[in-house]
Amino acid sequence: MSSEAQTSAEYIHHHLQNLTFGHLSNGTWGVAHSAEEAKEMGFWALNLDTFIMSFLLGAIFLIIFRRVAVNIVSGTPSGLQNFCEWAIEFVDSSVRGSFTSKNNMVAPMALTIFFWVLAMNLMDLIPIDYVPHLMGALGVPFFKVVPSTDPNATFGMAIGVFLLVLYYSVKMKGFGGFVGELTLQPFGKWGLPVNLLLEGVNLIAKPISLALRLFGNMYAGEMIFILIALMGGAWAGFSAGNATLYGSQIILSLGWAIFHILIVTLQAFIFMTLTIVYMDMAHQEHH
Amino acid sequence: MNINATLLAQTIMFALFVWFCMKFVWTPIVGALDARKKQIADGLAEAERAKHDLELAAKRSAEILREAKEKAGDIVANSEKRASEIVEEAKTQAKVEGGRIVAGAKAEIDQEVFRAKEHLRTQVSAIALEGASKILGREIDAKAHSDLLDKLVTEI
Repeated sequence: MSSEAQTSAEYIHHHLQNLTFGHLSNGTWGVAHSAEEAKEMGFWALNLDTFIMSFLLGAIFLIIFRRVAVNIVSGTPSGLQNFCEWAIEFVDSSVRGSFTSKNNMVAPMALTIFFWVLAMNLMDLIPIDYVPHLMGALGVPFFKVVPSTDPNATFGMAIGVFLLVLYYSVKMKGFGGFVGELTLQPFGKWGLPVNLLLEGVNLIAKPISLALRLFGNMYAGEMIFILIALMGGAWAGFSAGNATLYGSQIILSLGWAIFHILIVTLQAFIFMTLTIVYMDMAHQEHH
Repeated sequence: MNINATLLAQTIMFALFVWFCMKFVWTPIVGALDARKKQIADGLAEAERAKHDLELAAKRSAEILREAKEKAGDIVANSEKRASEIVEEAKTQAKVEGGRIVAGAKAEIDQEVFRAKEHLRTQVSAIALEGASKILGREIDAKAHSDLLDKLVTEI
């Protein structure tokens, strides 16, 4: 727990609050120092922690791969190049497995999604108090280190994918074809309103499920870490009960972290695979 | 946990990352992978060809070896024949030479015998003449009796 004066609820709220930069109610631009202030900023505010962390992680991923790409040899690969080649072949085989049309953008996008999401998710394994405390010492009121627990990040990516789905749907089938797909099936032209409702929900569900699945998993994982951390945080003098709680926190957070490695990787993989599948559906003609 | 402009920022960031990855990461790495794939395929094809060549070469070398053996056999047989011929020739030559030497020796002997006979004959005629003169007790006029002597010599 960050300080003795905090209650459990305050602790949890503190951990779940993004560092939001926006227009403060007193008329100046600055960082919100409470959840209420952040809320008052409305839409035109930026979650600095999400933005900085996701940018850094994405940049690290791209810099590593870019360095390999610059120094690449077609002869015997070594070390990092080996890893990058394995990653690329893994993504490429996933794309080949699910994506049947020809589009040079899908595979690099899948690679970016997988490693970016993986890196963002992996931040969850940093002990949850380290970064907020460090940032608190530096005078920063909040810092959520896991960008994928911010719906802005997951929805941001999902909207990017959704826009591409729309773009390729229209490009591949023509505007008429796309509208026809939304309105003329499954019940033919006399069931048009029902068709539109069903297909519209179907379409909108794609980005929402994509974003919420990742957000939900990571948010829940983070939440469990916070709750486990509360056990040791209940420390109030040495007693058998407190010692047990403290020990339980260590063991439980270790166990949850190990289990979370699976979730972290799985969610990155699911996001990538679903993106490939949605892109494939956008390229397919329905009959 | 408010939805705010971060959403747009993240979407733009996502698009930029994808663009960068596609342009500067995926293309060169996949290019290198394809190059290696081609290299390996070429290498395998090369190995196949080399194997084929090796087989051909082995066949050819066996052929050459066989020919060489044949040739060597021929040469040996020829040389053996030639050797026996030479020996045969030498034998006949030696025989001829021997015959010639024997004949020469024989001729020389005959000549020697003839010469000895001749010598003997003149000596005998001289002895006979001496004897006759002793018997007659006087000198035979060699000149007057030369035809008689010659007759005697030829008779002897």
